[in-house]
Amino acid sequence: MTVLTTIRAGLLSCLALVSSVLSAAAEIDIKEVTSPGGITAWLVEDHSIPFAALELRFRGGTSLDAPGKRGAIHLMTGLLEEGSGDMRAQEYTKALESLAASFSYDADKESLSVSARFLTENRNAAVDLLRQTLLEPRFDQDALDRVRAQVLSGLRSDEKDPDSIAGSAFARMAFGDHPYGSDETGTMESVSALNRQDMFEAHAAVFARDRLYVSAVGDITEEELGTLLDLLLGDLPETGAPQPGPADVSIAGGTTVIDFDTPQSVALFGHIGLDRHDPRFFAAYIMNQILGGGSFESRLMNEVREKRGLTYGVYSYLVPRDLGAVYMGSLASANTKMAEAVEVIRAEWTRMATEGVTEKELQDAKTYLTGAYPLRFDGNGRIASILVGMQMDDLPIDYVVTRNDKINAVTLEEIKQVASEVLLPENLHFVVVGRPEGLKTGG
Amino acid sequence: MIRRIVLSAIALTALISAPLRAEQQAEDMVTAFTLENGMEVVVIEDHRAPVVQHMVWYRAGSADEPPGQSGVAHFLEHLLFKGTDTLAPGELSATVAANGGRDNAFTSYDYTAYFQRIAADRLELMMKMESDRMVNIRLSEEEIATEREVILEERNQRTDNDPRALFREQLRAAQYLNHRYGQPVIGWRHEMETLDREDALSFYKTYYAPNNAILVVSGDVTPEEVRTLAEKYYGAIPANPDLPERFRSQDPPQTAARRMTYRDPRVAQPYVQRSYLVPERDSGAQETAAALYLLSELLGGGNTSYLANALQFDQQTAVYTGAFYSGVSLDKTNFTFLIVPAQGVSLQEAEDALDETFRQFLQDGVDQEQLDRIKLQLRASEIYARDNVDRIANRYGRALTSGLTVEDVQDWPKILQSVTADEILAVAREFLRPEVSVTGWMMRPEEVTQ
Repeated sequence: MTVLTTIRAGLLSCLALVSSVLSAAAEIDIKEVTSPGGITAWLVEDHSIPFAALELRFRGGTSLDAPGKRGAIHLMTGLLEEGSGDMRAQEYTKALESLAASFSYDADKESLSVSARFLTENRNAAVDLLRQTLLEPRFDQDALDRVRAQVLSGLRSDEKDPDSIAGSAFARMAFGDHPYGSDETGTMESVSALNRQDMFEAHAAVFARDRLYVSAVGDITEEELGTLLDLLLGDLPETGAPQPGPADVSIAGGTTVIDFDTPQSVALFGHIGLDRHDPRFFAAYIMNQILGGGSFESRLMNEVREKRGLTYGVYSYLVPRDLGAVYMGSLASANTKMAEAVEVIRAEWTRMATEGVTEKELQDAKTYLTGAYPLRFDGNGRIASILVGMQMDDLPIDYVVTRNDKINAVTLEEIKQVASEVLLPENLHFVVVGRPEGLKTGG
Repeated sequence: MIRRIVLSAIALTALISAPLRAEQQAEDMVTAFTLENGMEVVVIEDHRAPVVQHMVWYRAGSADEPPGQSGVAHFLEHLLFKGTDTLAPGELSATVAANGGRDNAFTSYDYTAYFQRIAADRLELMMKMESDRMVNIRLSEEEIATEREVILEERNQRTDNDPRALFREQLRAAQYLNHRYGQPVIGWRHEMETLDREDALSFYKTYYAPNNAILVVSGDVTPEEVRTLAEKYYGAIPANPDLPERFRSQDPPQTAARRMTYRDPRVAQPYVQRSYLVPERDSGAQETAAALYLLSELLGGGNTSYLANALQFDQQTAVYTGAFYSGVSLDKTNFTFLIVPAQGVSLQEAEDALDETFRQFLQDGVDQEQLDRIKLQLRASEIYARDNVDRIANRYGRALTSGLTVEDVQDWPKILQSVTADEILAVAREFLRPEVSVTGWMMRPEEVTQ
């Protein structure tokens, strides 16, 4: 079914502000639960539908790959659903299907996440199976070969995908040799060389209690969750691979054109960003909302799309990763139009840095951001994911109640100040993949 | 299994799971009624959070476009974000945002829909603006010219920059001999370039009217509130007495298997895709569609499916296999196979293996345990579905613009449960015949075909 949507909201939205809840929706009651065995989780009880969502996150994710083993954690994650205990892949899948539970896994550069949902009526059996999945993976050779072939197929596709080419080039430029600088999927060469032992080592690197964050939402009580946590996670080892140090982010202004024969160029642009814990973060977040934050009303969307028809969508976003922050943006534009789009974006970057925003823009952004906040809390799985993100960002449990006040407290002057400090027009670098007319690599 | 390999060749039918005792049906949350001017209303209640989604669906999609104007339904969708007599261009979206909401719209073959997600106490404002643009848009020539550039960039982004999308577009054009489903929703470029103000306004005046629309409101509202507001805003708009009968030219019997080869230097991973022209869900008669849906799950629904078992586990001929069927469609729809060959396996070998496996399936018959597991998961999916009323809202919107009724939507889960193994085999034999199929090879320019 083809459905065309007018804006791709938050397409690359590594978007930051994980946040939280309720002003309008002040009904979400988040409790901290500590199991008898000492594992902590955040819980929202809601017994209206007989199932629960459980979200686990392990800090470090694919950045914990051992030297020379790029792609190991990504591949290991893909193998988690390919058998555990004494069940091989298909037997395992049948067992999971028979419970009508769903477990899904995702590994990125900051964390490995496990998202589970299960019915109340067979919760114990589902948790048993999830425990076995996480603690007793098999990593059978035939499963490894089969999933590796899928990864390699994906890597071959990435080599001819303009978005992937741009993403890899930008990451390499921004983060260099740091794990953030390379593709977490690995390379044809590194993935081809991985073996079973590497899978067990990757598993041991990630799954440990000292980097674990947990939340649960839905039809489960505090007591039930406490018992579940010990059963599911009590036998995890205390520690895993050491976390990498901070990245040295350095991006010089300029343009990099990567030749690729396709009618529309794609571009990523950006420079160094702002740490999530920087006191100016809220001001920067609001400023970005006005500049290119994903709505029809942003300055970039207005100038590049609405007024000039140069693109279908253009966005900017703060990407405050744990170990290195960038401020980025993206767009796609026909080869004949990209140069003009780049020029308009550079001009808007400079205008914002020098002039800041108007009182009306600030008010509109505040009403949008504070009003949209409660809309995020829609559904058990979504709420569980938000809660675990808050924990990883070291936010207090009452953040959902105070977050909108923090947005509302930001002043016009603070926005102007942060715009002049955080936006660095002379450091803005465009990576363009395609055959953009009138654009050349250069500083 | 790594899911990103799936090439987005088809919207992935996510196997939702789950089951048994707690089978309170989602339909308990649903109320439907019709306004005097013919506008249908569906309300789906969920009072867990003070949020509402307000949608208006029109029974007008790309398959309703006049010849020579492919893309005009979608173009008009973009233009509805311009002004009306009382709203300045962009003001509707800006107002939604200023109230903390999000809005958007989407277009497909059988429908165009507009929606806002917002705090529940702003519902009236949404209805006021949405009902306004149902009949009062104002378009300048300059807006037309700029927005046409935007949709051309959208086509660049979705289709021309993606060889898989170009392949899919050609495949679909070959599948339909005489039906507008063969034209892409975004439009053919050469026709998009000619779309003008008259084309857009003509489509608008023909199809945008309360008697051709469905209001779907989900979230923290009661049917009484919705009725009161809907009567005030939408009820005030007279029905369009000249609304045309929904007529599309239909395909004749298809009697020749079609084959095509699409070559593009941007192809990294060659694959074979085959589609068959098959029946859709029809009001009051959804049994065939239910059997086709279960057939797609049995053949291609993940690691335990028949194709995966034979081609990815036993033989390792493929890195990925899939089977897809989407029954919500006004006219005939497709059943699709996809096979991505393993390294060193040619497209011919992959296609032969697919054919042989399907033949074997017809011989072996249905694995009853697998069918039971699929049905169990479908029952559970109705429980999980209640966690996302907006998705339930979508389900109703799509169905009601595709010739189905509220009762059909509510009967569907029961019909799925009632389908037998024999019925599944029967539809497989009856409908997956070569003469109604198109087989496409997606490959690099330098590859030889034989």
